[in-house]
Amino acid sequence: MDRLKLVLQYFQSNSESISNGICIILSLISVKLYTSFDFNCPCLPQYNKMYALGVMFVPPIILFLLGVLVNRHTGVLMEEWVRPLGKRTKNPAVVKFLLSSMLQRSFLAPMVWILMTLLDGKCFICAFSMNVDPKYFTGIPNSTGLELIKIMAKVPCKEDVIFKNSSFRKAVSRYVRCYSQAIGWSILLFFIFLGAVGRVLKPCFNHATFLQTRYWSNYLDIEQKLFDETCVLHARDFARKCVMQFFESMQEDVTVRMPLSSAFRPSTIHNEYEEEEEERLHGITRQDQVDHLLQTWYECKPELDVTRMAYKPKACITWEDINGKALFSEV
Amino acid sequence: MDKFRMMAQILQSNQESFMNGICGVMALASAQLYTSFEFNCPCIPEYNYSYGISMLVIPPIWFFLLGFVLNNNVSMLAEEWKRPVGQRRKDPAVMRYMCVSISQRSLIAPAVWISVTLMDGKSFLCAYSMDLDMSELGKNVSGHGLSQEELLRTLAKIPCKHIYDGQHILSREAATRYIRCISQAFGWLFLLIITIAAFLIRAIRPCFTQAAFLKTKYWSHYVDTERKMFDETCTEHAKSFAKTCIKQYFEGISGEIQSFHDHSRGDDSDDEDDKPATEEDKLMGVRRQDIMNKVLWDWHTCKPPLSLRKSGDASTEQNGDCSMNANKNQDQSICDKTELNEGQNGFKCGYVNPGLDIGQSDLDKGYENASFSIEQNGFTNRRSNASTSLNGLMNGGVSSPSNTQRKAWAVYYSKV
Repeated sequence: MDRLKLVLQYFQSNSESISNGICIILSLISVKLYTSFDFNCPCLPQYNKMYALGVMFVPPIILFLLGVLVNRHTGVLMEEWVRPLGKRTKNPAVVKFLLSSMLQRSFLAPMVWILMTLLDGKCFICAFSMNVDPKYFTGIPNSTGLELIKIMAKVPCKEDVIFKNSSFRKAVSRYVRCYSQAIGWSILLFFIFLGAVGRVLKPCFNHATFLQTRYWSNYLDIEQKLFDETCVLHARDFARKCVMQFFESMQEDVTVRMPLSSAFRPSTIHNEYEEEEEERLHGITRQDQVDHLLQTWYECKPELDVTRMAYKPKACITWEDINGKALFSEV
Repeated sequence: MDKFRMMAQILQSNQESFMNGICGVMALASAQLYTSFEFNCPCIPEYNYSYGISMLVIPPIWFFLLGFVLNNNVSMLAEEWKRPVGQRRKDPAVMRYMCVSISQRSLIAPAVWISVTLMDGKSFLCAYSMDLDMSELGKNVSGHGLSQEELLRTLAKIPCKHIYDGQHILSREAATRYIRCISQAFGWLFLLIITIAAFLIRAIRPCFTQAAFLKTKYWSHYVDTERKMFDETCTEHAKSFAKTCIKQYFEGISGEIQSFHDHSRGDDSDDEDDKPATEEDKLMGVRRQDIMNKVLWDWHTCKPPLSLRKSGDASTEQNGDCSMNANKNQDQSICDKTELNEGQNGFKCGYVNPGLDIGQSDLDKGYENASFSIEQNGFTNRRSNASTSLNGLMNGGVSSPSNTQRKAWAVYYSKV
């Protein structure tokens, strides 16, 4: 249980890991979907190809769209692409990087489906059994009076009566499946080769730019997450205060606030919790202020410069003696 | 480990993630229900179609309504829709957003049911076996010698393996395969359409109305949080109310007024001044049943405006009360048994100790004969008994001192 938690923690630690995790989960879903799908070739000449190619290509489109949907980078990418300029310039390299990483991840599940159909072979047999030339195989059941093409179209269907006691069907199926698996393995080999070459050669081109774009795309993602979290916390504090003030406004007591002479200075009525809460509100205490804040966040994103908050240059006074040697220095 | 726990807590307390979890559970329940359900086609011409189509359509409707039932946000949406305007405007965009997000989540389980049903093909087969066009299967349409009715009856038996008797006319497997193939094609098409719709809504939406979307998302989350906070506050208040009520009852019987001391603390009495909130504080000044009823009534009929006061301010913007009530009533200078939270020395109410050096000149706000009682050591909550002519002493009346001086303020509660 602990190990599972550690694994989950690792995957949730940064957004790239999350995206990879989701991508893998989607591929597993794709595998499960294929194994649980009951492939049902119609075994009719006019419908075989349509059905088989439909099963081979429509689910990958669905899986691709799903992959794009559940990927966090899609939202970040779209927002960065369409936002007004504001105080922050737009960097097209970052947008391109986000797009390429999102597309790469979204292509995995469809590829898994396509490879599974090819390696399994049922789709290929259903689609292309009619294109096989039967004279290479013995035992064709020509006693039924059906046309040849109809017989070939029935090859994918095991239970059809015309193939009883005949090895013709199995022979044709094996032949077509062999083609299908060859194509499947070639595609797999090609993509792995492409991936390896890309990985090896990537640092040769623009590595420094790549480091920069990767940093800034990660930054955008984190920034959006933190903004959402801050909004959530702010809403919480806003709500808490609003409710408390509502209760207090109903009270019967009348509050008299009067100045007090120094003789009676009280210990500060210190509600630490309340002060912390006020700090978290950052002075945003009204509906129109919140609306303005959210509008400005979209329309005029702040510049990427946190010098004011993170580091304040301090003035330092140094006392020097006659020779210029520093004696004493303080901030 | 702590971070993980904190994260899990945040996720759980975050309503959206919780709703997503429920949504996923319902989708799995939907798939499981389908697999465990024993489909039983009647194989009779008059009933096949109704049975098949109702199996396809009615459970999704049921799941959709169940999604609404299980979703907490539905009551929140209804509340927000029906409440009187009060001091807070209603935002139709927020209500639309909540409605759309609730519907989106509730649509997932029905979609799972429909797609699983179509992929499996049994209900399609049951509904449409009689509409089978035999020429598609390559069979001679009229070479069987059966009347139309008998043909229909035979076709209706296709879904039932054991009673089909038309094998010589039409192979049952071929017909089943054909209809299932059409059903699966419809299933994939359905999935493709809803995926494209979801994609257009979520991936393309940022191109339009992003700023407005941020706003509605914030305010709908706020409404939800506020409701939870209100419920929590009410619970806390009820607890304190009950404790105080019981304590007063005992006091009333015993005839003694005791200092309000939380016995569970057992601390030094000196520290009590620094303790964050005694039971009295938690009551927030709401001490009577009718006042509490008013609190609950007004929460719905007249929600407060979305505008917070700073904690140092007097209540200058007296939240334009919806109805001015007895707390401005000036002729009650009774000291009822509710309490004197003076702390240790158990002052009785009603006495005057005018030894206070007010010292500032801007105190003549139109009240006179105010009398205060103080305690010598430190100040937290003071009770004072102000007399009747406190016409300026309404909540809004003494605002200016707080605007001018903010250094050392003491807060005096008075019972009017």
